[in-house]
Amino acid sequence: MTMAELVIHPEKISDLRQLPRYCPFGAIVIENGQPAITAACKMCRLCVRKGPSGVFELRESIEQPIDLSGWNGIAVYVEHEQGAIHPVTLELLGKAGELAKVSPQPIYCLFIGQGIRDAADKLLSYNVDNIFVYEHPELEHFRIEPYSAAFADFIAAIRPSIVLVGGTTVGRALAPRLAARFRTGLTADCTSLEIQPDGALAQIRPAFGGNIMAHIITPKRRPQFATVRYKIFPMPLPEVTQRGEITVCPLKPEWFNSAIDVVEIMPKPRVKGIEDAEVIIAAGRAIKKPEDLEMLRELAGLLNGELAATRPLIEAGMVEPQRQIGLSGRTVKPKLLITCGISGAIQFVAGMRGSETIMSINIDPEANIFKIAHYCLVGDLYKIVPALIERIKKSKDNRQFLAAVEKCHHEQL
Amino acid sequence: MRQIMKIAVCIKQVPATTKVEVDPKTGILKREGIDSKLNPYDLYALETALRIKAALAGTSITVFTMGPPQSEEIIREAYMMGVDDGFILSDGAFAGSDVLATSWTLAQGILETGPFDLIICGKQSTDGDTAQVGSELAEFLNIPHLCNVLHITELDQNSLTVEMDLPLHRQRAIVRLPALLAVEKGIYEPRLPSFLKQKATADRPVRRLKLSDLPDQDKNHYGLDGSATQVARIFPPETNQVRVTWDGPEDETAQKAFELLVKGKFLQQTR
Repeated sequence: MTMAELVIHPEKISDLRQLPRYCPFGAIVIENGQPAITAACKMCRLCVRKGPSGVFELRESIEQPIDLSGWNGIAVYVEHEQGAIHPVTLELLGKAGELAKVSPQPIYCLFIGQGIRDAADKLLSYNVDNIFVYEHPELEHFRIEPYSAAFADFIAAIRPSIVLVGGTTVGRALAPRLAARFRTGLTADCTSLEIQPDGALAQIRPAFGGNIMAHIITPKRRPQFATVRYKIFPMPLPEVTQRGEITVCPLKPEWFNSAIDVVEIMPKPRVKGIEDAEVIIAAGRAIKKPEDLEMLRELAGLLNGELAATRPLIEAGMVEPQRQIGLSGRTVKPKLLITCGISGAIQFVAGMRGSETIMSINIDPEANIFKIAHYCLVGDLYKIVPALIERIKKSKDNRQFLAAVEKCHHEQL
Repeated sequence: MRQIMKIAVCIKQVPATTKVEVDPKTGILKREGIDSKLNPYDLYALETALRIKAALAGTSITVFTMGPPQSEEIIREAYMMGVDDGFILSDGAFAGSDVLATSWTLAQGILETGPFDLIICGKQSTDGDTAQVGSELAEFLNIPHLCNVLHITELDQNSLTVEMDLPLHRQRAIVRLPALLAVEKGIYEPRLPSFLKQKATADRPVRRLKLSDLPDQDKNHYGLDGSATQVARIFPPETNQVRVTWDGPEDETAQKAFELLVKGKFLQQTR
């Protein structure tokens, strides 16, 4: 039984040669003078919406109602290494809380590992109803088969409607395995999640290279799996009161059968070039002395970023050549670039125009850099940068940060 | 003890450009000049297989792709790099496949023509960008999988020792075959297609597998019907091309900049 198919009505075609143009994936072909749809079709339905009237039709048969009512709750997989919880887990719990406000249902955590009870206790402060703990020495290191077995046990027993997994290397290996085991859908790297009152999850992610956004649904299967990268959702604040509980789950020895032996856990080499940095502080000609770079280094450190510079500072020997941005240096695409005292010569701009957010500090309101920057900070960098550093440092441990976070929450809600 | 190692590599044809743009006036997609190419991440999967073949005599490499008939081009390209055999899974019934249906279809093709000792996939495709097909395929083949493989340090007919990227660490592990690896970009430098091999393989067939050739004949497991997810709609991204000028007193500007950093989550705990 076919539930949906694309049908072409040849009698409504006025110009056969034009038809392939309506498909961004080249799935519409002309074979022996007849139009046909190939396996390249992604069912994006653009041909139905944008094609010549009546030529493309999406035929959907009446679907049998399916029982989704047995699935309830939002589960967050706890990403951790040796009990150190990855912050993406808290971000997902924050989102789960928002979703549960619209479609009331319990929030669960799934915590698999060894020596994780203390960490589980701490998680109770994050608006969770029940933390399901699978703890065993065999689960000390991530191995796909035992972790999948415990995860599958949790899904089969609890039947959550939604499963959120951090888009880390482990999460992205684990989530698809489970989605396949339950023959259900998984949407990777969602940038936005919304929920209908009936619990249907709207998963938004960039598609086809990021120039188009796709709204993806999992209409007929459960759970609805989604992975989300770190720092996509805001970090929630811990609650003063804990209402949830911890459930220690029994394990079965056959889960530990694995073809994988972990030999060694090694530190990650921390060689990070400016090309890989998510945050870059770029210094320009307005920096006069090597010691003035210190405040920019400090700012970079506070934002977990890297220092970079324009050519004049490289030539003056103030900054290493591998930190040069521009045509004769490196091309960078950080999430945030803060330029400090850079006028914005074409050669420099060529190396940074792909940056996601560009904040530029320059004393000259006519500076070329302000034609590129998203945020134009007109003023003296020797005043703005120290004032900014001071605020960031304060925020690390005082309420001002919490207030700012809260303000940002309200704006987003 | 196996005498011959049989490797399957899964590859995909993707648009040569990632820019899919909608004409704002007509609402029609701009397709002019869009060519196709082999997914760049798959080059590393192919190269990994070819290195193993060079290290273990008697290894054979088979590539699989799912897609329209013109995807045959990328199998020819794999032949030019040194791959022995290739299958294209192509049928109108596969149209509209999401990750679940794609993985199922590939698994069926591999089951039909295997068994294979080792399946190698690239990290992700440049068009779908999900990095999920390898893991789901391994589940359907009922074999373990290792993602983010950075190095293969030892290998023999029965096992591999690999290094993998984890969020905070690297893990070195031994995996007994059969298994699936998803390799990182840069694991080995991919070779260029060879002109000599192009001539030598010009007549080598690319075999096509249709739904009727696969072990599972249930049409509901393929294409749109076999897909768990559906694209409800697609829409242009919100452009965040704001331009804001702050030219007040420096202290006020610093405060605004600080609030922007908070809002942009640049001050969240980092690891």
